[in-house]
Amino acid sequence: MEKARKGIEVSIALAEAAAQADVDVVAAYPITPQTHIVEHLAELVAEGELDAEFVPVDSEHSAMSVCCGSAAVGARTFTSTSSQGLALMSEIFFIAAAMRLPMVMALANRSLSSPLSIWNDHTDTMMVRDAGWIHVFVENGQESYDHTLWAFRVAEDPQVMLPVAVNLDGFILTHMIEPIEYVDNQTVKNFLPEFKMKNALHPDNPVSMGCFGMPEIYTETQMAREEGIKNAYPTILKAWEEWGSLTGRYYHPIETYKTEDADYCIVTMGSYGETAMEVVDALRDEGEKVGVVRIRLWRPFPFDDFRKAVLGKQALIVLDRAISFGGPGGPVASELRSALYGMEGAPSIVNYVAGLAGRDVARDDFRKIILEGKNKAYAHDTDGFTLYGLRG
Amino acid sequence: MLEIRLHGRGGQGAVTSAELIAISAINKGKFAQAFPSFGPERRGAPVVAFCRVDEKKINIRAKVYSPDIVIVLDPGLLELANPTEGIRDGGLLVINSNKAPEEFGDEIPSSIKIATVDANRIALEELGRPIVNTTLIGAFIKANQVITIDDIRAPMLERFGPKLGGRNMKALERAYREVIIQE
Repeated sequence: MEKARKGIEVSIALAEAAAQADVDVVAAYPITPQTHIVEHLAELVAEGELDAEFVPVDSEHSAMSVCCGSAAVGARTFTSTSSQGLALMSEIFFIAAAMRLPMVMALANRSLSSPLSIWNDHTDTMMVRDAGWIHVFVENGQESYDHTLWAFRVAEDPQVMLPVAVNLDGFILTHMIEPIEYVDNQTVKNFLPEFKMKNALHPDNPVSMGCFGMPEIYTETQMAREEGIKNAYPTILKAWEEWGSLTGRYYHPIETYKTEDADYCIVTMGSYGETAMEVVDALRDEGEKVGVVRIRLWRPFPFDDFRKAVLGKQALIVLDRAISFGGPGGPVASELRSALYGMEGAPSIVNYVAGLAGRDVARDDFRKIILEGKNKAYAHDTDGFTLYGLRG
Repeated sequence: MLEIRLHGRGGQGAVTSAELIAISAINKGKFAQAFPSFGPERRGAPVVAFCRVDEKKINIRAKVYSPDIVIVLDPGLLELANPTEGIRDGGLLVINSNKAPEEFGDEIPSSIKIATVDANRIALEELGRPIVNTTLIGAFIKANQVITIDDIRAPMLERFGPKLGGRNMKALERAYREVIIQE
């Protein structure tokens, strides 16, 4: 029998997932559209429903500093931010990964100033793409809830020991009330073992963290980071596999929809994915041989899974939510062009950037992007990118 | 799929209405979404909230552009906010007004059915304040059986507590009885 779904705001469900993970420390500063997540955790702590230390810091820079400290002593650590908040904490954000400090962040994606905007796109997360965190993108409320628990499991695994960012589209997901199925606390306990930090900071067993790195050692530390995040991949898969066996909800680094016999595909990351599938259903009825490729795991990037997913396709239409100014267009398309470079029979890539700062991308927009993108691809018009819906 | 758009002013509770409808539908095993028109909320400014209800999982992450039902909390918004925009042919416009539906004949295209209910008066009498968001849900339920009055009782009491929730239910039930729906 199907389990009961609860009608609840995604932010609240995500916060309750962190509470079910029995998080020890939450340090965060409120910023739209992440605010409801942190507010709800503060409420749970204040009402005694969650036995955790809630540290109401003076800024995001302090929030991430507290998180680093708490992870270093082996406390299960959670934070959440968006946009300018992420920018302000970026100095310490990089350090969290470099020092292999496991923690989970709900990153409610939002654009960066200027002009000032509180709405959704992926400019904030792209700013920290290369910081060494594990990045996963979710498409709906259920996935937000599931991946919050999954993220603790991955971050704290002794084979991983890295911070994990759960990227969810601000407002589009954070402020949505929709049906979400919770798992019970015992299932969470079975899935998520107690966090045991090797070499945690402790007065009885002194260790040094975040040391000075001379040129003689810095290069080697960076290679260690590269190896470290790549080696997280099998654990990431294993955690998804186990979550699937417990809940029936299976996740994969790259997910495909109606791609098997597709000539061409639209490629999405984040909440774009669901609308894309809806529109592909309609286009299929009209005879278009189109599918959807959805990127769930952004770092470490699953190159082999992606290549396998698109092998034999003629064209990919890659839909970004950010621009790399003066660069190759959207960061996702840039990544995928690089991933396919030199591959025999690689599909051509057409890049659209849309949905900046909350501009709605509705079904009609997807339809236009897919059909126009297909024509561009078949006409070999694949350079650069198109800023969809640009006025005047 | 049923698509609903609510027009109100910041502070009138349009978002709460959308949420209550969605939660009631989800509680009875349906799929639903409720969400605000995202942005900084300003008391008194025109705001929009959206709701979708379906028997299967909803895969649309965009605003509602072609609603089946539009609920207008403040009749002043008829001129200001263009609430009839995009309503499907045969769709329904629920207006908080003491006028009869026929009296809106000139303003509203004939492809749209109109329902009116004097929610201000009902809310004033039942709640002591002209907060009409929950009252208008009664008119919505009368016009569309996707949820029933019984379905909304638990979410309403959970949201407002037994005392205030009970009064809101009373206002809602009155609107259910008093709404006039154009044939």
